[in-house]
Amino acid sequence: MATLSINSIKAGDSLPTRELVCDTVQLFFYNAALWNAHRIHFDAPYATDVEGYPGLVVAGPLIGDWLTQCVLEWMGDSGELVSFEFSNRRAAYVDDPLVSGGEVLSVDAETGLVTLDLHVLNEEQEVIAPGQAVVRFPLD
Amino acid sequence: MSQLLDDRVLSSIGKSAAPQAELVTRRDIRKYAVATGQRLRKFVDGDEAPPLFHIALFWDVVELDELLPDGLSVDPLLPEFPLKRAMAGGWNIHYHRPIVPGDELVMTRTLSNVFEKSGSRGPLIFYELTRDVKTRSGDPVLTEKITRILR
Repeated sequence: MATLSINSIKAGDSLPTRELVCDTVQLFFYNAALWNAHRIHFDAPYATDVEGYPGLVVAGPLIGDWLTQCVLEWMGDSGELVSFEFSNRRAAYVDDPLVSGGEVLSVDAETGLVTLDLHVLNEEQEVIAPGQAVVRFPLD
Repeated sequence: MSQLLDDRVLSSIGKSAAPQAELVTRRDIRKYAVATGQRLRKFVDGDEAPPLFHIALFWDVVELDELLPDGLSVDPLLPEFPLKRAMAGGWNIHYHRPIVPGDELVMTRTLSNVFEKSGSRGPLIFYELTRDVKTRSGDPVLTEKITRILR
């Protein structure tokens, strides 16, 4: 992939999409890395029978992490992450097919700051996690 | 406007938890990178931490007998809220510099706001936690605001 520079980025540019499926192994690893024992992430009978979910719930911050990966893989080493925000609007479940992506909202060639709109979509094309990031590129 | 939130809850706004200090290891970065499906080598090899690694680093290490039936634990910084069911949350993070192996980081956490709103299906309580991460010598690493919604 060609190296991005502030003058090659335009509002409306798309970030690469990525298909993402969280299986039980990944969800286990993620919550183990955190030390998170919330049963909705690993105890299927509890998640469905007690909490009423259709399956094991994918951890919200894991979906947020996927948004940062969308930014960093697009940006490459030439840019730096200044700020990032996201929210978990809808739940996702183990083995749900999800897609991350985004687009450039604005480019400020004076400061090198680029604002990005980000999302993770579910199979119904609903935005389950919207986000925004600001990245800084060196001035040419 | 405030009907659910009494003085006991509102008086906890501004409370801070004791600072939490953690040492960053390459192994912990690598485990986090694998668990989140990172594809950039600097993360998988643990040379640098992904931008949300601090969520894992500062997750409270609770003991087995502190876990509630749902597997969560009581956060001593939070008052007992009149609504219990947690809904969506949001994060807003400002970065000052990447986290790398060997960093000794200190996180301070403040309950920065509590307020209620009426939703379409009843009242909602919002609370905000502000977290400030610095190196042991005081250099800023990141600041973040976490918003949680209860119904």
